[in-house]
Amino acid sequence: MLQVENLSGGYGDELVVKSVSFDVKKGEVLGILGPNGSGKSTLLKIISGILSAQSGSVTIDGKKASDYTQKEFARKVAVLPQLHAHAFSHSVRETVELGRYPHQTGIFSSWSNKDELAVTEAMKSTAVSRYEKQSIELLSGGEQQRVFVAQALAQVAPILLLDEPTNHLDIAHQQQLLDTIRKEAVEKGLTVISVFHDINLAALYCDRLLLMDNGKISKIGRPQEVVKEQAIENVYHARIKTQPHPELPKPQITLLPDVNGEKIATKVTRANFFSSEEFVVFRASQPLKTVSSAVHNAGLGWYRTFVNRHVDSAYNYDDVKSEMADYLETKGFPLTETVAMMTAVTTEHVEIGEYEGGFGKVFIAVTAGIGNAVDVSQALSRDETPKVGTINTWVIINGELPDEAFIQAMITATEAKSKALQVEKIKDPLTDTIATGTSTDSILIAATQQGKLLPYAGPITELGKLIAQGVFDCTVKAIQAYKKAKGWST
Amino acid sequence: MNKSSIAYIVSIATLVVAIWLGVSIGTVDIPLSTFWNKGADEIATNILWKIRMPRVLLAGLVGASLAIAGAAFQGLLKNPLADPYTLGVSSGASVGAVMTLFFGLSLPILGAYTLPVFSMIGAALTMFLVLGFARLVDRAMKMETIILTGIIFGSFLGSVLSLMIALTGEELRQIIGWLLGSVSMRGWNYITMILPFVIIGSAMLWFNRRELNAMLFGEERAHHLGVNVKRRKFMILIGGSILTGSAVAVSGTIGFIGLVVPHMTRLMWGTDHRHLLTLSFMNGASLLIICDLVARTIISPTELPVGVITAFIGAPVFAFIFYRQRRRGAM
Repeated sequence: MLQVENLSGGYGDELVVKSVSFDVKKGEVLGILGPNGSGKSTLLKIISGILSAQSGSVTIDGKKASDYTQKEFARKVAVLPQLHAHAFSHSVRETVELGRYPHQTGIFSSWSNKDELAVTEAMKSTAVSRYEKQSIELLSGGEQQRVFVAQALAQVAPILLLDEPTNHLDIAHQQQLLDTIRKEAVEKGLTVISVFHDINLAALYCDRLLLMDNGKISKIGRPQEVVKEQAIENVYHARIKTQPHPELPKPQITLLPDVNGEKIATKVTRANFFSSEEFVVFRASQPLKTVSSAVHNAGLGWYRTFVNRHVDSAYNYDDVKSEMADYLETKGFPLTETVAMMTAVTTEHVEIGEYEGGFGKVFIAVTAGIGNAVDVSQALSRDETPKVGTINTWVIINGELPDEAFIQAMITATEAKSKALQVEKIKDPLTDTIATGTSTDSILIAATQQGKLLPYAGPITELGKLIAQGVFDCTVKAIQAYKKAKGWST
Repeated sequence: MNKSSIAYIVSIATLVVAIWLGVSIGTVDIPLSTFWNKGADEIATNILWKIRMPRVLLAGLVGASLAIAGAAFQGLLKNPLADPYTLGVSSGASVGAVMTLFFGLSLPILGAYTLPVFSMIGAALTMFLVLGFARLVDRAMKMETIILTGIIFGSFLGSVLSLMIALTGEELRQIIGWLLGSVSMRGWNYITMILPFVIIGSAMLWFNRRELNAMLFGEERAHHLGVNVKRRKFMILIGGSILTGSAVAVSGTIGFIGLVVPHMTRLMWGTDHRHLLTLSFMNGASLLIICDLVARTIISPTELPVGVITAFIGAPVFAFIFYRQRRRGAM
């Protein structure tokens, strides 16, 4: 659809775009990224013919861009500019009608049905029909930008160029605008080239990204190939981290602000724990990075307070999550800072252990109820609903862990727990085989993310050893306490 | 009926009424029947066809030229304060005319038309100098460059005018009278002289009505919409300058018509140049015919220069528009 070959150009003698080559297929959305002054807007200006190229060529539909007349070119390529203020104001319809300019030839050219249809269609797909008669200066920025999208769509050009189209728009309008354009690309085969400031938006909406650096292409490819920590850091000179989008297989970035100076040293000690017959609570002065399978605030996050709440064995609610939230609220735990799980075990029987490593201390807290023990290898044959009877394990680490170490810590802790059940000869009552856990076990791994970097937490690493030992010890003790409380003989 | 048809009907009606008032009112009242009644009073017929009619038509043509040129310049320069005189063309025309008066020139072939012809030459020279210089400064001929060049040339020619006025003796009254603008005692010859320029200039603007709409969004945007910006801009500037130059040549510098009429028309009927140009043309004609009528009747038998009246009416109207726009902007 559009080929750019060895394109160079700029202002005066200064080359801003240096020998850039790429091509775009029909229906593709290409995003141009790059820091300020990298030449991304200039590249777009050369493609759209505002600036002339010093060397190289732009080919559209097999014909050199410079061989098109102005009107022919506008029938092939529409451009959506950044939002501007205007001295005089057209009505919305008049503005959109201007998009038909390249299709009107001759001095007395009249307005055809085709023109009317294109305008109506464009206003419909951008939802501006209801403002039709209003003057554009009275519309908000987001609405104005939609009118200009309609104008560009009324041009019915197969290629659309955009220069930071979402500038000055709030997120809802950004989304609306890009959704509309994306839809045109997918449904009608519109080819889109857009300059983006926002890497995350570009990664979300583009099929391919072109990363510019100092007038040259630094990288071009699918978002997954371009939005990489090292590549982005090299070009933008900003510290970032990438992470997957929660719903789509697209990469997103987060800035890593330089706030080391503001960081308050946190150290977790035994004094952070408190237990009563109602709950076990851990309170830290600063949020810890936490991964858990809790009831409240499960998953990954930063939290200061962990609650392991005692509930009656007859506890039965349809909506456990909102019941838990209500409970936390009445007890004065801040909902956004608290991770909470529950157990039928007497929480006073919590087993809290303290384990010293070269890097700092690791704390383990376990409550074990095993009335509901399960042998996972036999689980397929079971069909009853889970009952309360839970082993809740907390592992709290003074140290900095990458994501993979959190996962390894979970594996290590789980294996240690299973081993404890084996040693204590806890049996799955249904199959009469040794149990590996219960049907509703929960785990929580938290780290201060300060101090020494602990890259791994497998069972033979320094950290892993402590976790394994600690979880095993505490689980054994907690099971023994449980047995004792239940009056089982050992 | 849609808004634009109403606009045309109102404007045409106003123009017809203005012409009718213009030809019938004066020191001698001319009944409308003089038009068709063959047996009408001979004096009345003479006044109608030899004095009133050419005067009213000339006022109409001048008013129309200034108004349509003003509408086009305001749109092209995206500046509500632009008028046909922004490019300095009128100063050039004035210098040509005042020079004729100052040196008492009267070329044999041209006779009484020496002044308007010199004036037109002055306007044309200025236009080419301004555009040529702007192009020399900036090949892309951005609007800012053109406005600045217009201001430079305008103020230079203005000082040439002041110099001639300062050095002048008995022709002072004549020069001032011309500078204030008037359409009296010109006759049919003046009309035939400027008519072709009015037609050509107006046509050049009207053929660019859609381009003017596009250029309101900026030259870059117009380019993206497929407008050949450079060529169109040139056409509009030259068309507007032809209109301004010929209007100034026959009537002197009549202010405010070119500024106020497009504004009022835009406020009432919208910014769309497909209608704005034609409507401004008609309304400009009507307004100048009325102003001229006021100029020659208000302290009859003494006649005021029409330029005084247009500024007298124009300035308050403009102040009102300005106030309204600012108030709306503040909301």
